[in-house]
Amino acid sequence: MLEIKNLEKSFRSPTGERVPILNVPQFNVAAAEQMVIVGRSGCGKSTLLHLIAGIGRPDSGHIAINGLDITRLSEEGRDRFRAEVMGYVFQTFNLLQGFTALENVILGMSFARGRVDHGRARDLLHRVGLDHRLDAYPRTMSVGEQQRVAVARALANRPKLLLADEPTANVDPANQQAIVDLIRETCQEEEISLVMVTHSMEVAEQFQRVDPLEKLNLVAQANKAHA
Amino acid sequence: MSIWQIAWRSIRQRALASSLTAFSMALGVLLVTAVLLVHGLITKSFTDNSNLGYDLIAGAKGGKLQLVLNTTFYLSQPVENLPYTFYQEFLTKEEQENELALMKPENRGELKDGTYAKNIDFAIPVNLGDTYQHFRIVGTLPKFFEVFKADNEVDPKYHFRHGRNFKVWDDEHGYFEAVIGSIVASETGLKVGDKIEAAHGGDPNDVHSDSPFIVVGILAPSGTPNDRAVFINMEGFYLMSGHAKVEENERPGADVSGSTISRRKPLPIKQREVTAILIRTHDPVFGRSLKNRVNEGNVAQIASPVYVIASLFEFIVKPIQTLLLVLTIMICLVSGISILVSIYNSMNDRKREIAIMRALGARRVTVMGIVLGESIILSVGGGILGWMGAHLLLFSASPFVEAQTGVQIGLFELAPLPRWLEVEIPEVIINNSWIGQFCSIELVIIPGLLLLAVLVGFLPAYTAYRTDVAQALSSSP
Ligand SMILES: Nc1ncnc2c1ncn2[C@@H]1O[C@H](COP(=O)(O)OP(=O)(O)OP(=O)(O)O)[C@@H](O)[C@H]1O
Ligand SMILES: [Mg+2]
Repeated sequence: MLEIKNLEKSFRSPTGERVPILNVPQFNVAAAEQMVIVGRSGCGKSTLLHLIAGIGRPDSGHIAINGLDITRLSEEGRDRFRAEVMGYVFQTFNLLQGFTALENVILGMSFARGRVDHGRARDLLHRVGLDHRLDAYPRTMSVGEQQRVAVARALANRPKLLLADEPTANVDPANQQAIVDLIRETCQEEEISLVMVTHSMEVAEQFQRVDPLEKLNLVAQANKAHA
Repeated sequence: MSIWQIAWRSIRQRALASSLTAFSMALGVLLVTAVLLVHGLITKSFTDNSNLGYDLIAGAKGGKLQLVLNTTFYLSQPVENLPYTFYQEFLTKEEQENELALMKPENRGELKDGTYAKNIDFAIPVNLGDTYQHFRIVGTLPKFFEVFKADNEVDPKYHFRHGRNFKVWDDEHGYFEAVIGSIVASETGLKVGDKIEAAHGGDPNDVHSDSPFIVVGILAPSGTPNDRAVFINMEGFYLMSGHAKVEENERPGADVSGSTISRRKPLPIKQREVTAILIRTHDPVFGRSLKNRVNEGNVAQIASPVYVIASLFEFIVKPIQTLLLVLTIMICLVSGISILVSIYNSMNDRKREIAIMRALGARRVTVMGIVLGESIILSVGGGILGWMGAHLLLFSASPFVEAQTGVQIGLFELAPLPRWLEVEIPEVIINNSWIGQFCSIELVIIPGLLLLAVLVGFLPAYTAYRTDVAQALSSSP
């Protein structure tokens, strides 16, 4: 499903030199597989997810999703591919403030296909336990509620791959478990591959596959050796 | 959800800033539209009224402009008078006999065809100088309301809403009959049968209470300055004290035999004067030669009102209007720039939102379209409000404007095309009643606003297009 080879990414520091962040020789996720990535802050987890989503471009290497190498696509092509194949949940501030919960979910659909399935949008919000808040604006919702809307939105287009970047970072333990359950169940039902970043050991423990990024990433290993 | 709906939400999110910028655009467009409409009104009122039905005005030597303003618009200070005998030069012997029928033949002097009587359609004398309240009084002959034709050349130009035209002599009222314009009637409440006492020379303390006139007719609105005038029989005018040219000891009506004023005799010819003569000639060539002949003499001058009005318009009214238009267009540009600043300032706060949209699959052009959409909604929305505001404003002022200029304004009457453009458009289109009605300079407003919106929206939209999604997502809001 997801195959990464020799992926390298660096950023320019303010002084102008290149700071390598990622060097991932190999990273694969099977269809409908659910896995988590862990790692200390700043080691490049979000950067890796951005690259997989095609939001950023690697310096070199290949990212193939269902056999298609997205590093060869134009920005326009990656936008379209992302909309069709992937769902994304961010750490915080997921929602568009000017739109209600329901509209946030619908918006994801209309960007991707231009065609909107209101029934599915309501159904997803029902599944995350927000039927009573369909018309609420983000600023009137708790962080936990907002994250649940974000999960519903990420699933709205029936993606093949769900990227979740610390979806429970700002949520209390009870909500955290509800969100994780929701993501796992839906991915299982709809055979969606899941790549989730988390800091929480309680969450990570529930997964069969837990990859520490330090292990995948040669840059991190080098830094470790330095330290 | 369409781009427009998304753009509208984003506008609503910044409701205060958005409404302020839209409001400034509304004001700008309101001013532009108002200037265009007023421009159209003034042009219309000038051109309508310069289609006077006559082509020349004869008056005493002096300023042509003053003569024309006085005679056609009843504006400006009264001018000097001409001797009645000069007026007679425009009449045939027969016409003179008719007009002086009430005078004893021995008092008329010897009548012969006037020097200029050939090739003249009509010549109408007018006497100006008195007022009734703030309305001008025009002493003239009944033919004033008979010879002018409507645009179709058949119907009369002036209609009576009530009563009838005044007569030179009426068995009941004698010489003292009057006809009033529609605005005079509505403002003063005068009705048929009421009395009018003229103020001599416009002086309210010098009222001709010795010779009141009786209103016998009220004109239907004609959209001309005549709506604001009081017309009285010239014979009666002459008999009011102070109107005879004083040359000899002879008092007007000194040989009165009856007991009432109306029995007095007409004023002798040598004591008569006229302020101006409205003339229509058979053809312009003769008009020009007539003008030259009279102007070379030292008695009178002849002016072409259409020419005088047009040059007044060209040299005074137009530059002012152009200046106003330029100023108001600049106001619109400033409003456009304020929209630019408002949207551009918001771009920094919106990087995150744009990144989220992009992560949701929105294309770069979609994001750009949303920002452009905001600019268009603000400019065009504000502009349409301003446009409607201008029309409402002018419409609510229309009774006043109509009273002042005689031009009527409909709520959605559009400003006309400028002349130079109008001549470019085939006549079939202009004269087609409903297409022609929409041939308006105002049609430029909406495309103009769209262009402005795209211009000012482009910079922020391009910023949105260029947003680095990865960076915007990794920096916390
Ligand atoms: N746009 C950027 N320009 C320069 N450096 C960046 C940029 N984005 C990220 N970095 C750097 O890359 C490194 C990895 O960042 P990343 O956000 O991927 O970390 P992370 O593992 O997700 O950390 P966290 O757990 O705190 O979210 C950090 O040192 C960060 O400073
Ligand atoms: Mg991160």
